[in-house]
Amino acid sequence: MATLKDVKNKIKAVKKTKQITKAMNMVAASKLRSAQSNMEAFRPYARKFAEVLGNLAERAGEGASPLLVPREEVKKIHIVLCTSDRGLCGGFNTNLLEKAEAFMRQKSGAGVHFALTAFGRKARNWSRKTDALLADEYLGIMGTAIKFNEAATAGRKLVQSYLDGSADEVYIIYAEFLSTARQVPVLKKLLPIPPIEKAEAEAPEAAGYLPEHICEPSAAELLGEMLPRNIYVQLFSALLETSASEHAARMVAMDNATKACNDMIGNLTLAFNKARQSAITAELMDIVGGAEALKG
Amino acid sequence: MAGPIRLEIVTPEKIVVNEDAQIVVAPGVLGEFGVLIGHTPFLTALKTGAVRYTDTQGAEHVVFVSGGFAEALPTKVTVLAESAERRRDIDLERARAAAERARKRLAEQRSKDEMDFIRTQAALQRALQRMKIAEKR
Repeated sequence: MATLKDVKNKIKAVKKTKQITKAMNMVAASKLRSAQSNMEAFRPYARKFAEVLGNLAERAGEGASPLLVPREEVKKIHIVLCTSDRGLCGGFNTNLLEKAEAFMRQKSGAGVHFALTAFGRKARNWSRKTDALLADEYLGIMGTAIKFNEAATAGRKLVQSYLDGSADEVYIIYAEFLSTARQVPVLKKLLPIPPIEKAEAEAPEAAGYLPEHICEPSAAELLGEMLPRNIYVQLFSALLETSASEHAARMVAMDNATKACNDMIGNLTLAFNKARQSAITAELMDIVGGAEALKG
Repeated sequence: MAGPIRLEIVTPEKIVVNEDAQIVVAPGVLGEFGVLIGHTPFLTALKTGAVRYTDTQGAEHVVFVSGGFAEALPTKVTVLAESAERRRDIDLERARAAAERARKRLAEQRSKDEMDFIRTQAALQRALQRMKIAEKR
């Protein structure tokens, strides 16, 4: 049986831990809110972009851009892996890394090489354990207010490496933000761009509008301009989702930790009280025993 | 006078402008164009430069845009830009510094990497356009 002092110290330690987890929970909650509002702010752009792009793709036809044409032989696979910089967010990063591992196992074969663009420290560190070549790393931007031009810079490099043949296919793995309680690792093909589906027109009021725009320059040229940008848009949205997911995962993890602390404090307090009571009882027995003896 | 046309300028980070305008003038890659209500559907890439519009009160506004597209519909103009700032939001100091930096880089590495060169040139262009808009009047 632990001594009274031991139990007391233990309780104190757990309380300190609880303070920390609680604070982290609240910080994550407030960061989650701002990450969500960033996602919200991006939505109008993304929606309109998809609409215009779908429209153009339909008119320009296939083969309008090298970014649309799949390669016959896929030997070099580039993976963009989005994780967080920091831990203490439950299974968040583990899930993402597992997804990446499974994907690599599935795709690996004779002469297949993998390259990796790592967003977040966890992805970078993981890459050292695999045989994938680390092409690029972006640290210190995940979980912050991500700027579009950060995504554009990274996206430009991806498009470049696809065009110059150092990558035959580009995939992205990120955490989709479904709700605070649910984030799912998602694998998506970035390049070659899968056939673009025509997006729904944004609102019924626009239903009367003719899809046949006059285009300047031609539809095909415009499409050629927009496709690389489409990559940046997708990358940006993946980064925003991952960031929001990270904060949500951390919030939940810290909430659980706080609850676990409460349980532990409860149990320890019970143990403490029991120990104290048994000490008192033992003392009483002594006194009573002594008195009885004196009475004799 | 014809009715107002809706102008929306959207960037990935926020909606910069969402209001009614009498006329919108934007810098297309094949030349500047003006849009009034009832315009035929029209889609174009935009140059780095200024979108100008007159609001329903008749006041003129200037918005810097770069890396954008414009879609004109009969009742609405949508500008999708990588970056866009109203004139009062332009950071003149920053633009000056950026122009300076870009000029220096251009002078140093004229012959090196072609992509890099184009990018630096674009950066210079953006900085100069921002300065031009901010310094007007």
